[in-house]
Amino acid sequence: MDKQINIKQYFINKFDEFEKSLNGEKTSELHQLRKSAISNFQKLNFPTQKDEEWKYTNISSLQKHNFSSAAVNENVSSEIINKFLFDKLEHSLLVFVNGIYSPELSKITDLPKGVEVGSIAEAIKNNNSVVKNNLGKYAKDENYFFTTLSSAFIKDGAFVYVPDGKVVENPIHIIFYTKSSDNKIINQPRNLFVAGKDSQVSIIEHYISDEENIYLTNAVTEIFADENAVVDHIKLQEESKKAFHIARMDVDQERSSNFSSHLISTGAQISRNDFSTRFNAEGSESMLNGLFMIGEEQLFDAHTMIDHAKPHCSSHEHYKGILQDKSKGVFNGKVMVRQDAQKTNAFQQNNTILLSDDAVMNTKPQLEIFADDVKCSHGATIGKLNDEAKFYLKSRGIGEEAATAMLIHAFASDVISSIKIPALRDYLEEIITRRFNQ
Amino acid sequence: MTVTLRQAQCDSDLENEKLKGNKMLLEIKNLHANVEGNEILKGINLKVNAGEVHAIMGPNGSGKSTLASVLAGREEYEVTQGEVLYNGKNLLELSPEDRAREGVFLAFQYPVEIPGVSNTNLLKTAVNEVRKYRGEEELDSMDFLSLLKEKSKLVELDQKFLSRAVNEGFSGGEKKRNEIFQMAVLNPTLAILDETDSGLDIDALRIVANGVNKLKTKDNATIVVTHYQRLLDYIIPDYVHVLYKGKIVKSGGKELAFELEEKGYDWIKEKEAPSNSPKGGEQVAIAQ
Repeated sequence: MDKQINIKQYFINKFDEFEKSLNGEKTSELHQLRKSAISNFQKLNFPTQKDEEWKYTNISSLQKHNFSSAAVNENVSSEIINKFLFDKLEHSLLVFVNGIYSPELSKITDLPKGVEVGSIAEAIKNNNSVVKNNLGKYAKDENYFFTTLSSAFIKDGAFVYVPDGKVVENPIHIIFYTKSSDNKIINQPRNLFVAGKDSQVSIIEHYISDEENIYLTNAVTEIFADENAVVDHIKLQEESKKAFHIARMDVDQERSSNFSSHLISTGAQISRNDFSTRFNAEGSESMLNGLFMIGEEQLFDAHTMIDHAKPHCSSHEHYKGILQDKSKGVFNGKVMVRQDAQKTNAFQQNNTILLSDDAVMNTKPQLEIFADDVKCSHGATIGKLNDEAKFYLKSRGIGEEAATAMLIHAFASDVISSIKIPALRDYLEEIITRRFNQ
Repeated sequence: MTVTLRQAQCDSDLENEKLKGNKMLLEIKNLHANVEGNEILKGINLKVNAGEVHAIMGPNGSGKSTLASVLAGREEYEVTQGEVLYNGKNLLELSPEDRAREGVFLAFQYPVEIPGVSNTNLLKTAVNEVRKYRGEEELDSMDFLSLLKEKSKLVELDQKFLSRAVNEGFSGGEKKRNEIFQMAVLNPTLAILDETDSGLDIDALRIVANGVNKLKTKDNATIVVTHYQRLLDYIIPDYVHVLYKGKIVKSGGKELAFELEEKGYDWIKEKEAPSNSPKGGEQVAIAQ
């Protein structure tokens, strides 16, 4: 049997080392956040399947590896990064290699005055007041093992700030590229996106690797959408098939704001996403859509929470999965409609297609309603591709593979078509074609 | 009404004579097929030449749709005996997609709704897969679109249909028109229409039949599977076969259809005694 590492003790020990590396920063306000996080971390236990929130997701294999932070910035050519860019898309590009910002590979263009896009490490160093006021505020860590771990080791990540009234026309494409060679690396990007009143921005978080190595990404993203802001968030997870990807995204929405999220996930051995949005005021809208396509022995897990704390808000959640081989999917979506939240409109749906007899899906769509004047629906389906439809396509001369690919494109189409950036839709269609129609 | 119909038939008889080719397209020999262990087809014999229209009629449950499905290659049907030659090839050995690529087309009794796949997308993929199989170059978008435009007129299909999902939310008549539209685009050598007339109002029926008639050439053939004689007022068959209890019990010219209309299927059922049953597959020549 493989040796098990006590991950908790391992990182507690690492913290001293990390603290020393920070030099003068130790006295800063932010460092208090790290210190309180590590003390929280000490109180928590590594999640096991005995925890309700981890019932179907066994991450004990993570304890076989002693992950450590990348020592130096690896030399990465822009050709590698170019492979992951989207055709025909004007964008600003932020690149992180092994969790560390790379100014050489990044390219920030044409931002309206006052908009800040860059490395959060830089912003922390400059005592940026937006960072100071927002970091750690939305992703509360008390009960989350991996969030406390992130907070304790905050170092770098992406930072976007759009001041009141500013519209960022071109999407901001943020690439997290891992080149771990043979070392087992841990990346802990800590991202903060703040959209001011009446502002608008589109952000693409893109996790990639072109190697098949073992590493751990523990990402935390915090998003704040102020009054009437429009924030479009897309996360594309294309990590190494042997990697662990653990991610948290927390969104706070003010009055009449509009937030949309798309999670597209194809990578990692085990990936776990904890997404939550919270309506702090009336009139807001939120969309959480997802598409996961996994195979072999991959595991994908999405835990989402939409908190209708205030009236007159609407949420739309639709997660779709396509499972091959012995892969396993988990969806646990919770929609909470609090007593105050009258006139809530909430839709939640999870549909999964199993392409093999050995694939497994565990789904749990949950609605908790405490208000009495609301319109809510939720549901889940797990099934196979429609044989009748496939025969119909074949009877028109379309072969087995092309017919399967067509039906999968069709299945995924409502999630893909809700993505607003055409170049990204094309990229996703391309992924499906590559996957199912060689 | 009857007079005009007879007149129309006479005209079309002459027309048919000109169109008739001699090439045998399809030969079904002693075909037996099971569904879930039950024998539905019990020895079908049928020969279809290029340029011909055959109608297969029969009461419900006689095996008409099973025959159509077996020819198209539906997996749930197990062929236990017999063979089917199409253009000299063993049809039963071909996959459903290869049958289509070889020029066999089934217009479904119940066309399937496929949300998320547009009619254009379906047809473009189908046309190009067929062309690839035949070693032809893929059609470019411009040529393909003009092909669609031309063929959609044939069944009076609105251009808007092209971008809609396949059969999704279509009325019964629209679905059947869509089948004939697909047939027009794919231009099959052997078309099998499985109860394409059922549930159609007279206008839709006329449009569908008109489409089928316009697609007729001396090189292709059509098998019309139907319960009702009505469709045969519009698509004039060269031969009519009556299927009963999994066998062709009577074959004749189009007048057989009128006889069936007049007398219903009961006389067939009554007559269907072992001694009376004709040798399947022997087709009665049409008396001019």
